[in-house]
Amino acid sequence: MKIDIRHILRSYGILIAFVLIIIAMAILSPVFLTVTNVMNIIRQSSIYGIMAIGMTFVILTAGIDLSVGSILGIAGAIAAGSVKSGLGLGLTILIALAIGLGCGLLNGAIITLGRITPFVVTLGMMSIARGLTLIYTKGYPISSFHEAFRFIGGGDLISIPFPIIVFIFTTALAWVILTQTRLGRYTYAIGGNEETVKLSGINADLYKTIVYMISGITSAISALILTSRLNSAQPVAGQGYELDVIAAVVIGGTSLMGGRGSVWGTLIGALLIGVINNGMNLLGISPYFQLVVKGVIIIGAVLLDRLRQETV
Amino acid sequence: MLDGHRPLHLLYAQTDVKTLLRMSGISKSFPGVNALRKVDFDLVPGEVHALVGENGAGKSTLIKILAGVYRADEGEIWLKGRRIASTDPRAMIDAGVSVIYQELTLVPYLSVAENIFLGREPRRAGLLIDWKAMRAEVERLLQPFKLSLDPFAKVYSLGPAYQQVVEIAKALSLKADIIVMDEPTAPLTGSEVDRLFEIIRNLKSSGVSVAYISHRLEELHEVADRVTILRDGERIITAPLSSLTIDDIIRCMVGRRLTEQYPKASNPSQDEALRVEGLSKRGVCSDISFRVKRGEILGFAGLVGAGRTEIMQLIYGYRRKDAGRIFVKGKEVRIRNTRDAVKHGIALIPEERKKHGLILGLSVRDNSALTIFDLHTRAGLIQWGEIGKLVRQMVSSLGIRTPSLAQTVRNLSGGNQQKVVLSKWFVRRCDVYIFDEPTRGIDVGAKVEIYKLMESLAAGGAGIIMVSSELLEVMNVPHRIAVVYDGRIVKEFGRGEATQEQVMSYALGFGEKAAS
Repeated sequence: MKIDIRHILRSYGILIAFVLIIIAMAILSPVFLTVTNVMNIIRQSSIYGIMAIGMTFVILTAGIDLSVGSILGIAGAIAAGSVKSGLGLGLTILIALAIGLGCGLLNGAIITLGRITPFVVTLGMMSIARGLTLIYTKGYPISSFHEAFRFIGGGDLISIPFPIIVFIFTTALAWVILTQTRLGRYTYAIGGNEETVKLSGINADLYKTIVYMISGITSAISALILTSRLNSAQPVAGQGYELDVIAAVVIGGTSLMGGRGSVWGTLIGALLIGVINNGMNLLGISPYFQLVVKGVIIIGAVLLDRLRQETV
Repeated sequence: MLDGHRPLHLLYAQTDVKTLLRMSGISKSFPGVNALRKVDFDLVPGEVHALVGENGAGKSTLIKILAGVYRADEGEIWLKGRRIASTDPRAMIDAGVSVIYQELTLVPYLSVAENIFLGREPRRAGLLIDWKAMRAEVERLLQPFKLSLDPFAKVYSLGPAYQQVVEIAKALSLKADIIVMDEPTAPLTGSEVDRLFEIIRNLKSSGVSVAYISHRLEELHEVADRVTILRDGERIITAPLSSLTIDDIIRCMVGRRLTEQYPKASNPSQDEALRVEGLSKRGVCSDISFRVKRGEILGFAGLVGAGRTEIMQLIYGYRRKDAGRIFVKGKEVRIRNTRDAVKHGIALIPEERKKHGLILGLSVRDNSALTIFDLHTRAGLIQWGEIGKLVRQMVSSLGIRTPSLAQTVRNLSGGNQQKVVLSKWFVRRCDVYIFDEPTRGIDVGAKVEIYKLMESLAAGGAGIIMVSSELLEVMNVPHRIAVVYDGRIVKEFGRGEATQEQVMSYALGFGEKAAS
């Protein structure tokens, strides 16, 4: 039986790279494979990982959402404010999610109705949401929450940190949506060829708007986790997160041109970034150099993606 | 009067003139189609030689070979007494051949001068662009055209007539001896056409030759000296224009034997499937009215650019109409977008299957089921079992050759890709199917299969519209044929009621001209 190396690399490339890097890190640092460290990695990855799951939907439609970091900021700030003013946990969560959905709705509506490219619209939203966050918090952090709220980011469920459970659950739910629902199939279709979708009598604008709402809501979920974990909502929370989020999606094999990719790839991509961040920290590599490495990896991943396309 | 199968002996006005261009024995084929078979074409200095033929006759292939875009499989090209060996566009431009395509190749956001000198801008000190010299040269080039044009006006701000002038000036600046014009009068009106002919006459008197492709037969006598007529890739005749009437030309363009098998027509019912009244859109069509009965196939004949595709897109809600009413199965329906159209049972199988009909990166299953996901969803989840069954049924009844339902559509052949597009609509059981060029680029065997499919859809009670530029196909498959010219339906025939010449005559805008 002939083993088709190229086919294997194409389908499982990321997974193989992931495993290799883990092995390398384990060899280089004795602390790496300890339970504490591994839990740390996954918990760190969860924050932008969950956002990356939402971003996957957007990128699958050949769009982009630069405002995810700012949506995290504002959702976190208002959630914190709600907790502090005594609104119950349930209501707080709903408010945060609503903000995420609302920002996403605005993004999607302007992109589809205004027929403006997603890059520009979400760039604007990035700025607007951040500004609103600073206004709301008056530039100061909102801190010190009660036990119930702190569970989201800091609690354990059957000794697995809650954020990890949310991450895995979100990924699984996203996978079901993408493979088993109309929204999912239309998402791939729109990224593949939006004209064809419109000509087939499907409301492409509606589904495009929905995916931006999905991106918004995952940002809000991450906001709750981050705010809870830090026990404080920072005015600049989430700033710059879009880089890691998009990187995770791209490394995970989703094409920026849309129509191709999977959330499990994004999961691996997010964990890969987490592993590399963590590994470099353990090895004492300067954080400045870490940025360089991250950039190289992103470019490398996209190059690999391009090579994969050529051999199809 | 003329037997279209024997080429007339070439008659030159002056027999001692040296030939500028001689293309002889040119053959070219593409996978599945013989575009040109041993075609000759020549030019003498200072003549306008018209090239005439139906869509698909081989005109643009011949031109592209002359332009160096394609390489001929057989045959020779002699330019100014020298044999041309290499065929690349750059070499042909340098040799003095400039082509002005129908879709003008100007950069809209650059100025007239920058377009003319694209890639060859005059320089000062080797690096900086010499704007003054450019302006002077452009003004000099434009002088014989006798119009006022700012050399630094942006091209997008000019109307099509002026844009054409820029293209011609560019060709002259490249020292072209031969200018090929592809449907130059298509975007022009009245006085602009006259001005273009004046310009062409000037070109002639300065020794430039023009190869002039056009469907507007009535204009040819004003500007062309000779005409070559192509049909199905073969040269039928080359003769001085004065020796042929328009009827002669039409007859040479279309006369052919019926060799393909077309399905027997079933009888349509009396019920209406689709009725369109007064459909209009500025610049596209005016007052389009017709009806299609259930079980009937209505063909739309006409030349490319007559507006048939646009009319269908208006009916389908893909573009907004200015006026018009649409009735499906006798009931008036409001169609503001494609969703409304699909909801009311209308399907459009588009002209460009790869760009508008398929999602190349997705599977056969996803493409075929795209229109029915909404009908097979329970509690938000797609019922893949039902979908799989329906798609498998489609694949087998349409004869789609694919290793599996998960096969990426990009990897299928053209004919099979078209069938996947069809399956996307058949699976929904629509009331009206609009086919736009359904057999373009498909081999003969697959064509017949598609005709049979259309017949079976009609037999199942749907109303079918078939837009086609292939004369034989559009005359023999449908029950009735509507001929569209310049955005209007100029004539309707029943099957067998008209000759090819008559249909072509109406398609060219001549009405009853051609004798039977």
